[in-house]
Amino acid sequence: MRRPVLLSAIATVPFLLIGALSAQQIGGPGLDAPRLTGPAPFTAETPAPPMQRQITDDVRRRRNYPDQPPLIPHAIEGYALDLNANKCLSCHSRKFTEQSQAPMISITHYQDRDGNFLGGLAPRRYACLACHVPQTTARPLVENRFADVDALVETERRER
Amino acid sequence: MADTIATRVFGHSRIRDWLRQAFTPARTLSLAFLTLGGFVAGVAFWGGFNTVLEATNTERFCTSCHEMRTNVFEELKGTIHFTNRSGVRATCPDCHVPHNWTNKIARKMQASKEVWGKIFGSIDTREKFLALRKHMAEREWERMKANDSLECRNCHSAQSMDLTKQNPRAAAAHERFMFTGEKTCIDCHKGIAHKLPNMSGVPGWQ
Repeated sequence: MRRPVLLSAIATVPFLLIGALSAQQIGGPGLDAPRLTGPAPFTAETPAPPMQRQITDDVRRRRNYPDQPPLIPHAIEGYALDLNANKCLSCHSRKFTEQSQAPMISITHYQDRDGNFLGGLAPRRYACLACHVPQTTARPLVENRFADVDALVETERRER
Repeated sequence: MADTIATRVFGHSRIRDWLRQAFTPARTLSLAFLTLGGFVAGVAFWGGFNTVLEATNTERFCTSCHEMRTNVFEELKGTIHFTNRSGVRATCPDCHVPHNWTNKIARKMQASKEVWGKIFGSIDTREKFLALRKHMAEREWERMKANDSLECRNCHSAQSMDLTKQNPRAAAAHERFMFTGEKTCIDCHKGIAHKLPNMSGVPGWQ
């Protein structure tokens, strides 16, 4: 009974080392990835990371997959989105798109979850920011190796 | 009939005495005393009037009532009209009282209704305030629409607005709606300094 415990303890040592090293890399200077363990000692106060600049160039971003909710390429600071008012719809709802020239909210937003068309916006789609988010110019905390389906298909086609 | 009532109240001879006294030249007071004294009294009266008027035209005065301090002032604090990069800020009267004297006096006279509201506690609880919020907001929107958003334009002048410094979306909207006079500031910029009431039925809102 004793030996397996000791063995497993020894076996975890390299993993711990790797973990410590990678944590150093991620949390190193320049990158502000939050450490899972918090500051050391845990009572220390860490300065808040600086606010990132918002992307406000009004250029539509490509979606990574067809049903990805489109990103918001403009500032939304101070826009009301609560029980009383929804500022997003003042431009993006069907009846205001002519004067705003903004993209209309998807037709799926006028359907309930059974696919029935409703007279107006479906209540379950009211909270725009639950899916659509603005972007900042912050550098990614970790490397992103996402490849969209076109890239995958392309590599496969070339290999064949 | 009116004459008899006046007579009954004041006494006929007393009013006539009074009027006669007022219109006969002074006997004991010099002309210099009356003119200079009148001038000094006028300065004192006008100075006092204006001082009190200006004292009621400050944020400190507005937020001295809990109705304003705990509701609308708290909401203002998070907005760009209270805190921003350059530290320029708007106080309550900058937006809610016209700066032009005649209009200011007219608004101040209307505000006597608000004193009534304060005395009888029209919005002295959060619930009462929320129930009346739409009514009060609509009054302000109406006022600003009628004067072409004058209080906005006291600081934000169309002549000084550099469209090239705005993002394209804002520039296009200002060019199309504001510079043509089709819409005024408040038509689009509602709820920029306070939270909005229920906006159903308000033009331009879902």
